[in-house]
Amino acid sequence: MNPRRSVPDVTFQLLNYVLLFILGFATLYPFWNLLAISFNDSLDTMRGQVYFWPNQFTLNNYAIIFQNDSLLGAAFRSIARTVIGTALSVGCTTMLAYTLSRREYLLRKPINVILVVSMYVNGGLIPIYMLIKDLGLTNTFAVYIIPGLIGVFNVIIMRSYFDQLPEALVESARIDGASDIGVLFRIIIPCSLPVLATVTLFVAVGHWNSWFDNYLYNSKDNLSLLQYELMKIMTKSTSEVTSNAQAALNHETLRQTSPQSIRATMTIIVTFPILFVYPFLQKYFIQGITVGAVKE
Amino acid sequence: MQQTVQNPPHTVKKTQTQRRSWIRRLGSQYQLVFLSIPFVLLVILFNYVPLWGWLAAFQDYKPFKGVTGSEFVGLSNFKVLFADPHFLVVLRNTLVMSGMSLITGFVGAITLALLLNEVQVRWFKRIVQTVTYIPHFVSMVVIANIVLMFLSPDGGFINNLLMNLGWIDKPIYFMGKGEWFWVIHTITGLWKELGWSTIIYLAVLAGINSELYEAAAVDGASRLRKMLHISIPGLMPTATLLLIMSVGSLINTGYESQMLLGNPLVIDYSEVLDLYALSVSFGGGDYSVGVALSMFKGFVSIVLVVMVNFIARKLSDTRLF
Repeated sequence: MNPRRSVPDVTFQLLNYVLLFILGFATLYPFWNLLAISFNDSLDTMRGQVYFWPNQFTLNNYAIIFQNDSLLGAAFRSIARTVIGTALSVGCTTMLAYTLSRREYLLRKPINVILVVSMYVNGGLIPIYMLIKDLGLTNTFAVYIIPGLIGVFNVIIMRSYFDQLPEALVESARIDGASDIGVLFRIIIPCSLPVLATVTLFVAVGHWNSWFDNYLYNSKDNLSLLQYELMKIMTKSTSEVTSNAQAALNHETLRQTSPQSIRATMTIIVTFPILFVYPFLQKYFIQGITVGAVKE
Repeated sequence: MQQTVQNPPHTVKKTQTQRRSWIRRLGSQYQLVFLSIPFVLLVILFNYVPLWGWLAAFQDYKPFKGVTGSEFVGLSNFKVLFADPHFLVVLRNTLVMSGMSLITGFVGAITLALLLNEVQVRWFKRIVQTVTYIPHFVSMVVIANIVLMFLSPDGGFINNLLMNLGWIDKPIYFMGKGEWFWVIHTITGLWKELGWSTIIYLAVLAGINSELYEAAAVDGASRLRKMLHISIPGLMPTATLLLIMSVGSLINTGYESQMLLGNPLVIDYSEVLDLYALSVSFGGGDYSVGVALSMFKGFVSIVLVVMVNFIARKLSDTRLF
């Protein structure tokens, strides 16, 4: 032990650790509690007192959800949206960012201005809705993918990263006869895995989490996503007081379990994929976000 | 004499050849053009073309006639909007909620970053960071669900806890009390984003010259003193810049959490500008007033961003654009 440690310092440290522990606990506990509820018998849950572990363990809540065709369909569409949307969006964003990192590109300046201004200017909710409707994108799967294809903020993060790669890499590849597209695929992409991982995580999470475009543009059932289904269940169980909520689950399902258990279980299902990929990508994203932010 | 007359056409010709060579150079970059132009067009389509829709604010917009066919009515939509007493309520909610989130988020993030910076046990620090980042990645739907379940009067965790502790004898219906909505909304936002917003401050703290701390230690400074006199001043430039930048988005408080947490009982406290635009447009069928509202919002945020950029430029060399 360091002999110079004074009493106030030790108290300060101790308080600090306790405080941070409480904060970490308060962040994690709600998820843990829902996990326990999702594995607990629904009748027992209604009696309350589920804190850390299920009182009566059951997989029934999950079984009910996975038997529900509309929820399964929504889960399938959510996965499809996330995979397709992320692949296309990261691909397109990378291409655009790459051209902006090439100093000799003649259109670099004007494109830069167009992109940066677009971060501060947008039509607003209703004009964008009118545009999407005029384009015929309402009630299509494409509305989930196309409007978000280019994330301007991601373009800037990527460009900052590409900019700090040594110029000589690109030059030597050009001398060796590589085309611009060849440089992108053979040099830039293999050298930029941290930032690609970061952007992929952000985009994928964005796709997985979004529900508002579903609500606004595709309110018919055949295109609904998991988040939107969860939202419908949520408004359903507050219907005792709000009265205008629509039925989200059919009555048969509700007889087997309680809305509370369904909500907890759905919440866990919707959250799980994120908690699953997050640890794998975590080491990249801090580096990625810091590079982007500091450069800006 | 004749030569001087010939001079002007000659220079014109030169710029033409210059232009032609510029086009030829661009032609040689056709791969870069191919990799960028389609996506730029997409950005223009979804970010700039909706501005055309702002025309509808000055029209009696009919969805089937479109912006080109609807009749112009001047400023009457704006008059309707600004005369509506509910508009002021909604504007108040927007500004109050974004102000509350801004201040708590700012103070919270700096405090947490400072506390984390004092942790010497590395695995503990990493675990706290990892855990506090999680809610950032979870959708607002999930967060709202958790909040509603925890605050539910029907066996919700908070009510159970308070009753077990004997502090209350019957459950409180938290989500039914309008005055509490702002507080619940602010705490929810803080809980979701607190950890995430420390990243940038931790990066700055990590960059502070460690000799400063060593010198202070030699002088016998306590941890608290080091924090007050080294860490906090070190954070200040970044913190000021981030604070100024966030003022630019004061009017864009978002609508997700208000929409998901709100209910008809608390609508006078929960409704924000975007939700109001939705309800007049889709609920009331009055698109023009909705567009006028969108336009008002867009206008205010541009003014705020320009203003903020001006202030930031005055204060430091760093600018937004």
